[in-house]
Amino acid sequence: MQNNSKGVTLDHISKIYKDPKTGKDFYAVNDVCLTIEPGSFVTLLGPSGCGKTTTLRMIAGFESPDVGEIYLGDEAINELTPNKRDTAMVFQSYALFPHYNVFDNVAYGLRLRKVPKDEIDRRVRSILSLVEMEGMESRMTNQLSGGQQQRVALARALVVEPGVLLFDEPLSNLDAKLRVSMRTEIRRIQQTLGITAIYVTHDQSEAMAISDQIIIMKKGVIAQMGSPMEIYYHPSDEFIADFIGEANFLKGTVKRMDGSECVVDVLGHECTVETDTARNAGQECEIVLRPEAIRIAQQGLLPCTVELSCFMGSYQNYHVRVGDTLVKISDSCPINKPIFAVGEQAYISFEKECAHLL
Amino acid sequence: MVKAQSARLDRKKLFGDPIMLSTIIVLLIFLALFILYPLAVLLVESVSRDGHFSLEIFRQVLDLGRFRTAFSNTLLLGFITGVGSTILGLLFAYVDCYVNIHTKAVKKLFDVVSMLPVVSPPFVLSLSMILLFGRSGLITRSLLGIYDNNIYGLHGIAIVQILTFFPVCYMMLKGLLKNIDPSLEEASRDMGASRWKVFTTVTLPLMLPGIGNAFLVTFIESVADFANPMMIGGSFDTLATTIYLQVTGAYDKAGASAMAVVLLSLTLILFLIQKYYLEKRTYATLTGKASRARMLINDKSVRLPLSILCAAFSIFVVLMYISIPFGALFKLWGRDYSLSFKHFEYMFKYSGLKAFRDSFVLSLIASPITALLSMIISYLVVKKNFKSKGFIEFVSMLAMAVPGTVLGVGYIRGFANGIFGSGVMQGLYGTGAILVIVFIVRSLPVGTRSGISALRQIDKSIEESAYDLGANSGKVFTSITLPLIKDSFLSGLVTTFVRSITAISAIILLVTPQFLLITCQINEFAEKGKYGVACAYATILIAIVYASILLMNFVIKHFGTSKALKESQKD
Repeated sequence: MQNNSKGVTLDHISKIYKDPKTGKDFYAVNDVCLTIEPGSFVTLLGPSGCGKTTTLRMIAGFESPDVGEIYLGDEAINELTPNKRDTAMVFQSYALFPHYNVFDNVAYGLRLRKVPKDEIDRRVRSILSLVEMEGMESRMTNQLSGGQQQRVALARALVVEPGVLLFDEPLSNLDAKLRVSMRTEIRRIQQTLGITAIYVTHDQSEAMAISDQIIIMKKGVIAQMGSPMEIYYHPSDEFIADFIGEANFLKGTVKRMDGSECVVDVLGHECTVETDTARNAGQECEIVLRPEAIRIAQQGLLPCTVELSCFMGSYQNYHVRVGDTLVKISDSCPINKPIFAVGEQAYISFEKECAHLL
Repeated sequence: MVKAQSARLDRKKLFGDPIMLSTIIVLLIFLALFILYPLAVLLVESVSRDGHFSLEIFRQVLDLGRFRTAFSNTLLLGFITGVGSTILGLLFAYVDCYVNIHTKAVKKLFDVVSMLPVVSPPFVLSLSMILLFGRSGLITRSLLGIYDNNIYGLHGIAIVQILTFFPVCYMMLKGLLKNIDPSLEEASRDMGASRWKVFTTVTLPLMLPGIGNAFLVTFIESVADFANPMMIGGSFDTLATTIYLQVTGAYDKAGASAMAVVLLSLTLILFLIQKYYLEKRTYATLTGKASRARMLINDKSVRLPLSILCAAFSIFVVLMYISIPFGALFKLWGRDYSLSFKHFEYMFKYSGLKAFRDSFVLSLIASPITALLSMIISYLVVKKNFKSKGFIEFVSMLAMAVPGTVLGVGYIRGFANGIFGSGVMQGLYGTGAILVIVFIVRSLPVGTRSGISALRQIDKSIEESAYDLGANSGKVFTSITLPLIKDSFLSGLVTTFVRSITAISAIILLVTPQFLLITCQINEFAEKGKYGVACAYATILIAIVYASILLMNFVIKHFGTSKALKESQKD
């Protein structure tokens, strides 16, 4: 399959809706600027009502932006109807045509494009083998499992070789296990074809597993944009730190900068955190700590009291109190470590590279 | 404000979709011209004299004693019919949903009764009422020996209307009862309520808006009914018949317009209450689906009287229908009960064949157009977003509230001298085309309603994905939407055919001698007292209607999509 991948640019896009209750206008999407490179996998992530689906539907053409222009490659597409846009969407409900069999579902887009019959045949079969659905051509869609239906929906979108592939929470109707294997599958196919993909989800682990870039949206605006690792370890604010994975926040005061290291006073103890933004002494700050980045031991940096100790199999889950703050700890491989019981005194500590300063 | 851009873009997209745009424009013109315009003409004519605003015509009409009686008659009749049909419908629905009926035959009887109003031409029951209880009625005269029973008048119409309309209530209320979660009633029973107490404190209050809804629907039907009062009303005139007589007898078309405006306002008010007040409350009280099957009442003291009562009613209704073909076959009803084909022969000798051909052909032309039109309207209403959508939805539903007689007068006033009396489209009046248009307008709301409910069940993203894959709206509609609502389309096709071939109220005002219609023939022969011939027409009419419904069920069963769809929805 030739590579027809296109980039997508959103230039100051806003979408205004009327609140049905109050009758007031509000911004569902507010001044979003975004450039998506051809061939990359970008995820729009956020809680429900953050504007991610609206953004996706504006790219597909089902909604029209109130401000701004959308480009597909170099072409401004605001005025194009969905059927004239070089995008293909995979829907949450799969949206397979129930009166067609698998083959006819996949061939639908090609037939609209008046592709010769033998080429349709060849392309449908090759795409069905890519999604591992060969031999199921004559099945009706109601004879397929949820996962199989999603594969057909994916094949149907892929076969027209769109410039951009759009996914609207495609896995949310599947059970947890299938979700994990399907997302690996989607990523594999996307990389095989080198196609641009924009993916909407509210599931942060899905976003982490699948994306080159994650765009976190909150109340219609982009809260942070970056690779999964950047977002996980360097969240730009508390909302993101909390939304992506679990996070602990330790309040403190900046004492001094030591090159790229910042020394922070937490409850009278000195903690060192690596940072790339210089801080002034005396400034209030927060240290973001992931539960798995914290060690608990007899000795360490900060004293704490254990309030919950719970064996979870692959890790020991602790809730400890540091001053007034509750800190969650995931201590992996608990089998060869001392286990602290509820009520015991202990110390926590962390590596300066694993902490992030807000 | 900034919102202008999306509005502009949506408009641009609409213009970039010529099929959709032209469909909307054609629809708007059709609805405006054939529903709104004739009604507007009536309104304007009844409040103007020599080009000035004047209530003179209304004053004259209101001064007519005839009109005032007709008005109160109509309300009285509507009320009696509404109450009667609702109670009877509720009884049937309750027995159907709550009582364990052991005999299959009784269940079957219920099905027949619920289907009859669809099959039956509107005045068939009047005809059989006369045959059974009239002056030479089989029951009154031959069995009971009463020679002077007067069936004509309020009681006659009321009985006939109740029997004609109660199945509608039955079906409506049955749907509601099925949606009541049995555990509500079980909870009440569990806390010590008797079965009667459960019914009055739980079931009935939950049903109340639905019952009100059923009452209003039959009230409207009764008020709009033309054929039954015409046939069995005797001197008891309703608004619909008075308007008819005002046009055909008194040649007072302006007066008829004013009366039509009164009748229209009446049904419109009832319709608006029903649609925007009661229907919403009905859904508000009954939202949940029944979580599991209801424990049916096995208690003999409840079961026997209720099921016997319902069975008796059903048998009575069936009997009335059966008397129609016999009415056609007996030599002289009431005197000579020997079988003969003389009524059929008479019918075919005097242009019977032409009547069947005309009715058949005109209805056959109207039905595909209506079915397609109503599917397109429901598609636009459910799946699309555009400015005039609300208008299209409102007008096509409005047609439901317009009594046929009003529409007929509106068409006379609106089209007899061309549009706005200008002579434009004057050629339309008196042709078969205007009859076909009336058929379409009369059936459009029913088709649209069934189309809308069928389309609401289809996930919006199925069409969006076709759109997204490159299909334009026309292609989406023909390749995806239409096949998915094939059943609804087919039933729209048949419903229109049935409604058209059995229609009378609007048609009787518009038909010209050039066309003979079965329903008008029946009316004419019944008026002349030639009941045998009227029955012969009615028998064949019922046969045609029944055959087309059988055909529809066969086609849906074997070629419909519903089976595959229903299975896929189970997942």
